[in-house]
Amino acid sequence: MISGLLPASLLKMLQRVDLVMLAALSMLMFMGLVTLYSASDTSMMMVYRQGIHFVLGLVLMLLFSQVEGKTLRQFAIWLYGIGVVLLILVLMVGVIKKGAQRWLYLGIDIQPAEMMKLAVPMMVAYYFSEKPLPPRFLDIIVALILVAVPMVLIMKQPDLGTSLLIALSGLFVIYLAGMSWWLIGGSLAAIAIAAPLMFNYGMHEYQRQRILTLFDPESDLLGTGYHIYQSKIAIGSGGVYGKGWLHGDQSHLDFLPERHTDFIFAVFGEEFGFLGNLLLISLYVFIIWRGLYIASKGADTFSRLLAGSLSLTFFIYLVVNTGMVSGVLPVVGIPLPLVSYGGTSVVTLMSAFGIIMGMKKRKRNYQTEE
Amino acid sequence: MGERLSIKTERDEQQLFNSRAIVAGLIVLIALIGIMTRLYFLQIQEHEAYTVLSKQNYQKHIPRAPTRGQIYDRNGAKLADNHAQYVLEVVWDSVPDQNNDGKKRWNDMQMMLERLNKIVPLSEKDLRIFGQQVNRRSRYQPTPLKENLTEQEMAMFAVNKSRFPGVNLERRMQRYYPLGTVASHVIGYVGRIDDRDLERLDKNNYAGTTHIGKIGVEAAHEDRLHGQAGYDLAEVDAHGRHQDMIEREEAVGGQDLILGLDINLQLKAEALLKGERGAVVAIDPRNGEVLAMASVPTFDPNLFVDGISSKIYTELRDDPDRPLYNRALQGAYPPGSTVKPMNTMAGLYEKVIWPGKTVYDPGFFQIPGHKHRYRCWKKSGHGGVSMDYAIAQSCDTFFYDMAYRMGVDKFSGYMSLFGFGKKTGIDLTSESDGLMPTPEWKQRRYKQVWYPGDTVNIGIGQGYWLATPVQLAHATASVAMRGKRIRPHVLRAFRMAKDKPEQILQPEVIAQIPARDKRHWEMVVQGMVHVVHASYGTAKRVGVGAPYTIAGKTGTAQVFGIAQNARYDASRLAKRLHDHALFVGFAPADNPQIAVSVIVENGGGGSSTAAPIARKVMDAYLLKKYDDEPPTEESGEVEPADIVPRVEGADE
Repeated sequence: MISGLLPASLLKMLQRVDLVMLAALSMLMFMGLVTLYSASDTSMMMVYRQGIHFVLGLVLMLLFSQVEGKTLRQFAIWLYGIGVVLLILVLMVGVIKKGAQRWLYLGIDIQPAEMMKLAVPMMVAYYFSEKPLPPRFLDIIVALILVAVPMVLIMKQPDLGTSLLIALSGLFVIYLAGMSWWLIGGSLAAIAIAAPLMFNYGMHEYQRQRILTLFDPESDLLGTGYHIYQSKIAIGSGGVYGKGWLHGDQSHLDFLPERHTDFIFAVFGEEFGFLGNLLLISLYVFIIWRGLYIASKGADTFSRLLAGSLSLTFFIYLVVNTGMVSGVLPVVGIPLPLVSYGGTSVVTLMSAFGIIMGMKKRKRNYQTEE
Repeated sequence: MGERLSIKTERDEQQLFNSRAIVAGLIVLIALIGIMTRLYFLQIQEHEAYTVLSKQNYQKHIPRAPTRGQIYDRNGAKLADNHAQYVLEVVWDSVPDQNNDGKKRWNDMQMMLERLNKIVPLSEKDLRIFGQQVNRRSRYQPTPLKENLTEQEMAMFAVNKSRFPGVNLERRMQRYYPLGTVASHVIGYVGRIDDRDLERLDKNNYAGTTHIGKIGVEAAHEDRLHGQAGYDLAEVDAHGRHQDMIEREEAVGGQDLILGLDINLQLKAEALLKGERGAVVAIDPRNGEVLAMASVPTFDPNLFVDGISSKIYTELRDDPDRPLYNRALQGAYPPGSTVKPMNTMAGLYEKVIWPGKTVYDPGFFQIPGHKHRYRCWKKSGHGGVSMDYAIAQSCDTFFYDMAYRMGVDKFSGYMSLFGFGKKTGIDLTSESDGLMPTPEWKQRRYKQVWYPGDTVNIGIGQGYWLATPVQLAHATASVAMRGKRIRPHVLRAFRMAKDKPEQILQPEVIAQIPARDKRHWEMVVQGMVHVVHASYGTAKRVGVGAPYTIAGKTGTAQVFGIAQNARYDASRLAKRLHDHALFVGFAPADNPQIAVSVIVENGGGGSSTAAPIARKVMDAYLLKKYDDEPPTEESGEVEPADIVPRVEGADE
């Protein structure tokens, strides 16, 4: 037995891990590494480094899975408060890379926005866990303010993708908390009206351009449209069965930009075709459903809301990235979760899965808890 | 609202959450079905289209320019050749983003050029021409940057090549005219393809071609010379770098052209005109092949191949002697007396004269009822003049009278049968029409009626009548062929490749010029023979010692009108105002092998200046006597200009 070789404490920790979820995540990570190998022009170095990210992510997942809802809950305010302060600092003294001010130098360059992906849903879930549900209107307003503050700060950097993800992670908590359908419907209608105004007055020129390009990618083939155009060609030319692993012309001949990061889905689609995509998307759906299932088994309201929100945020990653790469959503810098190359998002996502697992109700410990 | 009693029961909240989670799960499913639908559209429904786009992305047709055909003279002397030279070419699309702003713009190109300039010096001219060219071409196509690289420049670039993606060293064939200025108007030259060329070109076939024929044979036979472009279908990456060759379609070289020109004859003709402004056209009357077409002064076509500098071009263009102008083809001159043999045919055809007819020449002609005297060149008059004597002596009065009685309509009508007033259709570009005047033309051009005096003037090839040397040679060849008009042409034969047989072009018979009696042709030819060989011929000096019979006709075309009673005094006139000297002729008279027209601008008398040139050209061709011998000319009777005051009151 393997268990015999492991220290008892580690074994105990592993019991908190949802093995079904872990199996699905591992399969996804494996597919990610396989695709990355191709997307990076068979660079073992990239695969190795992403492997390190995965190991780090798995360790964090294991650690977070040990944390119970009621423990985490106590950190919600602190995490959120520190996060907001750091975001303000970023705007004041942050490091500018690629035209955006996202990094803060604290010994190493860190992205406070990444932390907020976890802190915002935690904060909102914490807030609702104190209140009767379904939430009253006033509570919803407060929750919205809690969401809006970091969202606006991140938008200022500017980082549209992350601010969108963070806003949605907070909104998912409000939704899961039981905001009335009437209010949801009314809000969606308001957004539909506000969106054009937002487009005209609330966006940077390059953001506007990305949205415009979405509707007519061929209009700007040497600029923004090039990415979408080439990724559509990659996916489309993949056909049903794909061109085969390592045989994607679009990626191997350098036509696909950002192909090991945000546009890796196009590489996958080109080499593995429609059937490959079906498998990949199904795997994602399974992981999201499993996340929602675990959430429903949450120990308390806070646990359920947080796990549910994190699962649905994962879903947003998927929809926005695949939508962008297949040319139905604007280009925003959101990676394909656990497939795109990049340590930050792997660490954040795996921590989130650890948190989801930790939210599950503990059976044996019931009486030992005080 | 007061603190509502917290009915925060765990079970209600669990149920609320569950229902929300289930709805969310369904939304997830629907959204991902939506994504799959999108993927279905891209990967299955539109798969074919995207496969094509993908191939277009990575499969590039890289044009392979065909080798331009070479041009030879009739004896195989090379007139236009291709020389290998090394060229730096730039594919804009492959020039990387130099300043890392994520965009490939012109300043990236400029930065690259600045760096390149330190390795291979680029001149202002190189950069200017490159700047013009690169914007006309596709970004994926190579644009020449610098031509004629030296060994050292090639070596320097080869060492540094990796620093300049998108810049390639290519071997190019460049046009070269080994004989330089010789026959440059006929051969023409190639130059860089410009915007106007691009409009009419087959872009696919010319994708790899940089030069195109601009004038002369190079332009007129561009289709034959250019050939069929080939291509390499290569796999390229997004930066245009070649990965693998997929397939190659070899270019088919252009046809080699064999001109009718006899380059020795051409050299001879040009030498004979040396120092003058003039033209010589020699045609083989039997098939219309142009044996020589000299226009002097001439120019070096090699100057144009590489892009002529504006300084040299301006010099050439503004040279008062107009070296760029092909006098043989574009120059329209009053034909003067050279057309009298053709006029005679018109008179015979229209029955205003007949073989036995004589006209009395008192030294002038008067339109009945008018005082104005149209003077014969011989003031004392020729007395009774027969048709034969009229031609041999170039008696103006005879032809004034004939043209007057024929009337302009019949006269112009018949002369146009010889091709006057129309392009001959020779296979060269920018041929002039010349002018065969008619009353309609005069009305259109000058808003004036046609006076009978105008008819009198054109009777001796003056007045409004203008003809090109090619037209004159062609008309003379037609007389030599007894009315059979064969289209003059420069291209004698072509071959598809060096090892392929020559295919000789069939002569094109335009028409048979009608005559009342076939013997009329012999009579007119006889008159022309008498011009050269009879004791009373105006050009009898040039016939001396000829081992073959020449049929010819002198002409002296007046450049400006002088007053009614004034005398023409060549010595007192500026050279530019001297008469043009002309001569047409063919030989041997009974078995014509060469027809010649000669014009020497401001050369003075046709018999003194133009006729000897024609004789030497005929000797050169018929006797293969290309070497000049010391001229043995003694001054004889000089035929003055066919003086016709053409402005002042022809009719009162």
